Amino acid sequence: MAGRAQLFGDNINTDYIIAAQHKASTLDMALMAKHALEDIDPGFATRVRPGDVVVAGRNFGCGSSREAAVHVMKVLGVRAILAQSFARIYFRNAINTGLPVLECDTSEIRQDDEIEIDFERGVAINLTRKQELPVTPLPPVMQAVLAAGGISAYLKEHGDLVLPPS
Amino acid sequence: MKQTITEKIFSQHLSREVRAGEVVISPIDFAFSHDANRPQPLETFFALGGDRVFDPSKVAMFLDHAPNSHTPAVAEMHRMMRSFAADQGIKIYPAGRGISHQVIPEEGHAVPGRLIVGSDSHTCTAGAFNLLATGVGSNDLAVAMMLGKLWFKVPQTIRFMVEGSLSSGVFSKDLILHMIGIVGADGANYRAVEFLGSGIRELDMEARMTITNMAVEMGAKFGIMEVDEVTRRWLSNKGITDWQRYDTDLEAEVEAIYHVRADELVPMVAAPPSPDKVSPVTDFAGTKIQQATIGTSANGQLDDLRAAAEVLRGNKIAPGVKLYVTAASKLAYIAAQHEGLIELFVEKGALIGNPGCSGCTGASGFGTPGDGEKMITSANRNFIGRTGNNKAEIYLASPATVMASAIEGAIADPRPYFFGSSKTGSKSS
Repeated sequence: MAGRAQLFGDNINTDYIIAAQHKASTLDMALMAKHALEDIDPGFATRVRPGDVVVAGRNFGCGSSREAAVHVMKVLGVRAILAQSFARIYFRNAINTGLPVLECDTSEIRQDDEIEIDFERGVAINLTRKQELPVTPLPPVMQAVLAAGGISAYLKEHGDLVLPPS
Repeated sequence: MKQTITEKIFSQHLSREVRAGEVVISPIDFAFSHDANRPQPLETFFALGGDRVFDPSKVAMFLDHAPNSHTPAVAEMHRMMRSFAADQGIKIYPAGRGISHQVIPEEGHAVPGRLIVGSDSHTCTAGAFNLLATGVGSNDLAVAMMLGKLWFKVPQTIRFMVEGSLSSGVFSKDLILHMIGIVGADGANYRAVEFLGSGIRELDMEARMTITNMAVEMGAKFGIMEVDEVTRRWLSNKGITDWQRYDTDLEAEVEAIYHVRADELVPMVAAPPSPDKVSPVTDFAGTKIQQATIGTSANGQLDDLRAAAEVLRGNKIAPGVKLYVTAASKLAYIAAQHEGLIELFVEKGALIGNPGCSGCTGASGFGTPGDGEKMITSANRNFIGRTGNNKAEIYLASPATVMASAIEGAIADPRPYFFGSSKTGSKSS
């Protein structure tokens, strides 16, 4: 099933994804999510549909450790985030929460392109432009956590924090 | 094997030699969360199946991001955290005690060789004390609280060699802004950054913490310094005697080495909307500002308030400029009061925030700028909307530059205010 690309640029920081004052105004993640990315793209939260894919340039998720910046994406039904590169904390938070974050060449993707992700083969497919974009493989521990659906499920599965056999 | 500081500290934690690139599960020495985390790590802790924290003496909470408890949501978060802390027998530092990054060293948690995780990206501040400290999200923090361990990829190292003394009116903030400008906002992504050289050794601990605080603004996982006489004196004053130093091996394999001359540095400013848009202050001379903010975990220490006061004494705040000043911790606040600094700021028209993150983000309930306004701040981030209004613009600079700008009503070079003064703000105390 394909989703539409929601396009952003470089250095999309966690303040843009969810500004701090919205974390102070409510503890309800669904209410917070209405403000996702509004400082740089006020239409995003109403435009995005479940299954859509957020596409960005370099250093996506830089800034704070705020995990809410991952949770609001999940609340909005974002299926995955594709970027040239991700900031470290955001990358971990997304995997821990079970949100696929895929590093690939996003430079040719345009707003509303239909994007399909083939996790088995490790490629993102731009159906609109008929392009296959190879995804940088995750380290084995992150692959295992993501496959489990997040760190909570992973811990329950293994009964402990363990590294997958290498 | 020649090793970086990062490799040595991980090796010590795992009781075997580790190298950059390895993925390891390491014991954690200290884990903390704060009141701006959504979800709160105590919530993810229960979601993970947590019951009791692994060691109550190694877990703490800080009510620092919204010390004014200015909304029902914040007050409820504070209530939940106090209740969890009481139930688990862990320490909670109340609103008004100060920012975690300042309180951690003040309370003796910053000990060389430790591995610290916090659910705040500026956790790397504590690396000034020759330890590994990094920010993680709520889920990772909950794992650390529950199991006392976490997985890490041992990062590659980037090294800055800083030589020479800062000139009068130039501060460690200018130095770190300059270094961020060199490598860019993701120039140290996933990397440890070692800050070494005579230019670092000349700084007191507070000035050093400004540098490690902003290591994350170049994407770093750790910002680390070595132990010297200044560190040793700080630890000794805190009664910390049981520690070991971890020096880097200069021959260890690192990814890049940058050489920086502190004596050639001038005051620097980061333009909106990113901390890596750095240029000399003179490039911005005359840019009108309507707000000046001093404080935050980057520059809210006693030294910072002293530097700002030195600029302000005998001068006036420009008409139409709002000045907000907040001490990063209760101790800095009390000391600043004893020295008459708070009185000076108030007398000149400043609003004083409660010790904590006041004025740093729009969640602090303090110092939000108006539409179309330009503000200059001693904080560490200038993203659009960072301080609660996406129609304002934010410039980053040292407290001295912020205060000089407040006086002139436009971004201004602070060096003339230090003319004839021996103070540089960078001297070892």
